[in-house]
Amino acid sequence: MEKKNITIYVKVWRQEDANTKGRFQTYTVEDVNPDMSFLEMLDVLNENLIKNDDIPIEFDNDCREGICGMCGVVINGTAHGPKSGTTTCEVRMRQFKDGQTILVEPWRARPFPVIKDLVVDRTAFDRIMSKGGYISVRTGGVPEARSILVPKENADQAMDMAACIGCGACVAACPNASAALFVGAKVSHLGLLPQGRPEAKRRVDRMVVQMDEEGFGACSNHGECEAVCPKEISITAIARMRREFLKAAVG
Amino acid sequence: MRFSMSLFSSIGKKLFMGLSGLMLSGFIVVHLLGNLALLNPDRDPFNKYAHFLTHGLGNAIYVAEFLLAAIFIIHIVYAVAVTWGNWMARPVGYAKVTNAGGTSRKSIASTTMIYGGVLIAIFTVMHLYHFKFGEVIMYTTKDGQQIRDLYAVVYQFFGNIWNTVFYIVVMLILGFHLSHGVWSAFQSLGLNGRRFTPFIQGFGYVFAVIMGVGFIGLPFYIYFLTGGAQ
Repeated sequence: MEKKNITIYVKVWRQEDANTKGRFQTYTVEDVNPDMSFLEMLDVLNENLIKNDDIPIEFDNDCREGICGMCGVVINGTAHGPKSGTTTCEVRMRQFKDGQTILVEPWRARPFPVIKDLVVDRTAFDRIMSKGGYISVRTGGVPEARSILVPKENADQAMDMAACIGCGACVAACPNASAALFVGAKVSHLGLLPQGRPEAKRRVDRMVVQMDEEGFGACSNHGECEAVCPKEISITAIARMRREFLKAAVG
Repeated sequence: MRFSMSLFSSIGKKLFMGLSGLMLSGFIVVHLLGNLALLNPDRDPFNKYAHFLTHGLGNAIYVAEFLLAAIFIIHIVYAVAVTWGNWMARPVGYAKVTNAGGTSRKSIASTTMIYGGVLIAIFTVMHLYHFKFGEVIMYTTKDGQQIRDLYAVVYQFFGNIWNTVFYIVVMLILGFHLSHGVWSAFQSLGLNGRRFTPFIQGFGYVFAVIMGVGFIGLPFYIYFLTGGAQ
């Protein structure tokens, strides 16, 4: 069945740089193929803007297949758009109706200042990672399977936590702009495996201090982060981070 | 990080919120059980219980009152500090916020904890003024004790429709506060697991309903079923 092309109104946040006040501007994009991705629709809009000698809309993107964590905007009030378990680049135009106005905003958080339009500075995450989101020694190649025993459950959970792509949707969706799910995922993914244990206390301590210093809010257990996370990371990660943090604080 | 500093981290603050919240939840359970004596048409058991608390425990009651006040204050001070920090974390808000749904537990209750909390705090002060520091009517029990008739003060108070409505509304808000607060406290303490979390989420709701209905029940019963002052 042939699909009819649709017309979309995009109400998008335009902001020249971090120090300029931004505002919303509405653009009309005609003849949108419903099978286009959301970002392709923005590409078409940008081409039109360039043709008209306007400044194109800046937005972050890279792999466009949901694995790099680069893209991310708030679409109609939800981080990464209305569908759960997906990134912004996985949003398709068939999810919208003909003639619909789509509201597009950047991630909003003090530690994520807007660089331009929809692009925000997420180096706060990198600074948190630099405080302990790694293990300091080379662990070498794959060891003989039974030399270090890892319970299957731990391995599975560690993999679930390692799925975090650091996109920042958890912060964007959190009513408190808390980074607890991101830090929780990093602390959990390393802490669940034997290679990550020796540095576990130091890691959680330093990462939490950095998280607070960046100015992220505190976690109120709303669970919005889990619901918008493209990798569907559970808030059990946050509880694990808290346990690890308290253990570290005591000892 | 020094241990004392850990207590002021984002995680430490929530730890205090959770612990103090659970202690306050424990307190209201005892309070509700005490209230049940007001359903008794005989005023002596309730008045004797109240008299025992204020006069029968010696100085222990002052220690208990001090601790309870301290827990209240810790809960309030940390709540204000945490909420202020959360507001500061997003200086520019969204034009539109749509709840993600799915596994999210965001609710009216979870997003209004500070407002409900402030209201309950104001209510608590008024509540002490209404009863603890309220009118003192002395009477003689059946076995000849000369003690305060708090029972009469309560019945007189809830003979007024506006007092009754006010208490019912605030207790409804307390129920909402608890519906997010109880399970959230455990999550803040790091107690989350495959077996435990579904249980405590369900328990939190049941607890909130029991407390809400329980505390609403008394003013409702007095005003609508007994007609107030006897």
